[in-house]
Amino acid sequence: MVDLIKRAKELIETSAVKVVIGYEQGTGNKTRALFVEKAEDAGKLIFDSRCVQNLAVYITKKEIKEKGKMAIAATLPVMRSIIQLASEFQVNDNNLLVLGITAESKLIEFANLVEVETFVHQYQIEIDVRNKEMLDKLGKMTQAERWKFWIDELAPCFKCYACRAACPMCYCHRCTVDFNQPQWIPVPSHELGNLEWHIMRAIHLTGRCIDCDACYNACPLSIPINLLTKKMLEDAKEHFGGYQPSLKGDHLMSTYKPDDKENFIH
Amino acid sequence: MNIDKRLVRKDSLEKLFDILKQNSKKIYAPFLKNGKTTFRDAESFAGISTGHIQTSESSKDIAFPRAEKILDYSKSKEGLSVKGIDLKNLPGVILWGVRPCDAVGIGELSSIFNWDYKDEIYNNRLSQVTVFGFSCNKSDEYCFCTSVGGNPGNTAGSDILFTCMGEDGDYLAEILTEKGMTVVSIAPDLFEKSETDEKEKFLAVVPVRFNHKEISEKLDKFFESKEWIDQSLRCLGCGACAYVCPTCACFDIQDEAHGKSGSRIRCWDSCGFSHFTLHTSGHNPRDVQSARWRQRIMHKFSYMPERLSVYGCTGCGRCSRACPVDMNILENLISIQEVTL
Amino acid sequence: MMDNLYMPYPMRIERITYEAPGVKTFMLKFVNEADQDKFSYRAGQFGEYSVYGVGESTFCIASTPTRKGYIECTFRQTGKVTNALSGCEEGSIIGFRGPYGNVFPIDEWKGKSLLFIAGGIALPPMRCVIWNALDLRENFKDVTIIYGARTVKDLVYKDELKDWELRKDVKLVTTVDPGGESPDWSGEIGFVPTIVEKIAPSSKDTIAIVCGPPVMIKYTFPVLAKLGFADENIYTTLENRMKCGFGKCGRCNVGKLYVCKDGPVFSLAQLKELPDEY
Repeated sequence: MVDLIKRAKELIETSAVKVVIGYEQGTGNKTRALFVEKAEDAGKLIFDSRCVQNLAVYITKKEIKEKGKMAIAATLPVMRSIIQLASEFQVNDNNLLVLGITAESKLIEFANLVEVETFVHQYQIEIDVRNKEMLDKLGKMTQAERWKFWIDELAPCFKCYACRAACPMCYCHRCTVDFNQPQWIPVPSHELGNLEWHIMRAIHLTGRCIDCDACYNACPLSIPINLLTKKMLEDAKEHFGGYQPSLKGDHLMSTYKPDDKENFIH
Repeated sequence: MNIDKRLVRKDSLEKLFDILKQNSKKIYAPFLKNGKTTFRDAESFAGISTGHIQTSESSKDIAFPRAEKILDYSKSKEGLSVKGIDLKNLPGVILWGVRPCDAVGIGELSSIFNWDYKDEIYNNRLSQVTVFGFSCNKSDEYCFCTSVGGNPGNTAGSDILFTCMGEDGDYLAEILTEKGMTVVSIAPDLFEKSETDEKEKFLAVVPVRFNHKEISEKLDKFFESKEWIDQSLRCLGCGACAYVCPTCACFDIQDEAHGKSGSRIRCWDSCGFSHFTLHTSGHNPRDVQSARWRQRIMHKFSYMPERLSVYGCTGCGRCSRACPVDMNILENLISIQEVTL
Repeated sequence: MMDNLYMPYPMRIERITYEAPGVKTFMLKFVNEADQDKFSYRAGQFGEYSVYGVGESTFCIASTPTRKGYIECTFRQTGKVTNALSGCEEGSIIGFRGPYGNVFPIDEWKGKSLLFIAGGIALPPMRCVIWNALDLRENFKDVTIIYGARTVKDLVYKDELKDWELRKDVKLVTTVDPGGESPDWSGEIGFVPTIVEKIAPSSKDTIAIVCGPPVMIKYTFPVLAKLGFADENIYTTLENRMKCGFGKCGRCNVGKLYVCKDGPVFSLAQLKELPDEY
């Protein structure tokens, strides 16, 4: 990605930014995050269809943030995460420059986050076909069948929290599971501990998740936990007309309006 | 010392499985699920995976479960009653299909649990386990057992080591311990005598990538190096590497109360988590990820060899495969070896 | 029944002493006499104290092994378990696992003078060795105790401080931080390191035992160095986050050492070889 490399080099050489976050070749056929701090390292930047890790997870990481202004190579999901993070006051124009990468692998440099938002709002968040089919299949099960499905799927989970670590929205310095007065979520990875963790995380992500699948990609056991967050997306669409990350919008789950539907309260 | 070698015909494996099941043994074997191979309770032979290079997680669950009760208590008007866990009546378990790098890891894990104080909960569980190792016919770029003193046909840690001799071939079974002999005595017809010298040629070739003695020595002077920061920039501080590792043993102890009774549970923990060393006062001795990453490497390659005389790594490569951000331990160790101090 | 490393001794809370805001001392006796008979410990060791259903917390054994039949611990109400312990009454049963850790090498100090320097809630880990030394007073030359806290209210073991003050064979200096004095305070006013410098105890044939919050330690060690104390003659006891107490859970691993097995008592010479991760 010649444009990206050239621009990254310029940004570092002129000290416009202190670090450029992008992708590089990893082990075997994997790609991984690259932090370019010296102009000569810009040549390692790559971009292709394998680059799906959501890099926005790094813009709230203190070891990266404290380097100074960051630039980030951002595909559409990454841009969505950035706007959501900005709306939650985690990042702003002063500390982040977005180097957008379109679906056609073209580089767009955005002057500010408002321009990123305009770009992002051209596209709706759509659940992919394969997972949509799985959600429909789950929807057609009885409650007992669905419960059994999830108990079985979550049984191998050992609560490594890779899903949390990889998710750009899970930036809380002290996660709910880290509280012990009271111990909201049991620590051990037994049936209840696993269930409560994943259910709680899905609910904390409702209205914030932008469906990047970072959680599923991160899971060392390939447990399809992204089905939970996708279902919340579907529910949000059904009950609230869906949502988009917005710099100045209302947050779905933390905004109360007097005319909110209450027909789900039984 | 001459190892007891037997020939097990390829069709005999299923027969062996069935006989062991009839003898009320639980069998843990690798199965494919969601694209990943993991150890499951095997009800039948069908579906046991053999074509995989390595399972996603290690088999340490068998003696060091991810969550286990270590005592139960209950409060009543008679007072407080606390009971330990009775592990005397555990069923025998066959750990079927572990790779030599996992089998060797059992020894390393046991060193931690028997260092000075003997952890009888762990020892009791392990005493019920018979390990069926299966040599590696192939390896990938993540494997580095030969760099840490192992090899794809290593007998250490197994009770019986099976080596498949050729594609779709019969198995060489090396009977290594009394537990292994006990299995043979349950199904003697399936274990024919063998004098074969052919094992090496069926094993995977795993090139040595670094000198572990050199690395252990270098690490003594490496503590302040900037290399730790560079290596760990993309690390997100999850516990995936520690949890899939056969020799990681860090644990937490949690009490769970249900009304007037409850239990104390030991469960896995990871030195990579940001709160692992956090004091109640708020002071955190390792409050940056580079310090935690450094602890992982130093503990495995410097502290453990020094204190326990065992390596904290078997070269299975699981941590690198499991890591969501491609922290490749082999790459990092080679990089440490190459850096000039 | 197999030996379960994790099984605590049942202990009855015989007496609770309120030391300072949020700080209590428990005197504990073994519920089973057989446990009491088999039990022994030495000054410096610690234990894991349980409230079943809540968890365990790590405190040193604050009593001296020269007095049999009970053990004591002093703790500040800070987190989940200490809050639960604080809610226990006299007569309650709690759990105790121990003794763990290494000991103050008090036998090696025979014939020397002892200088104890402590700050705030860090006096409890030293109380065991102070009383141990005082019970064997003839073994040591001079005994000096310098103890300070933020305010007068925060001083712990107030009755024992009075005992030590009255003893002719102990030199006790108490201090509070500037602004922490009460109208009738007759002790020193100043941070502990400042007072140590002021008192300037001799380093000749003297062992210094120091325990306090990190900031106090940081400024006290240089003062002792200036007074001529060698690193091998300065001891401290580390407070680290611990869980198992016997070197397996990994939490207190610092460099090649485990605070729960190779410590918590360390000489300054040993501490300087450790990475700064405690």
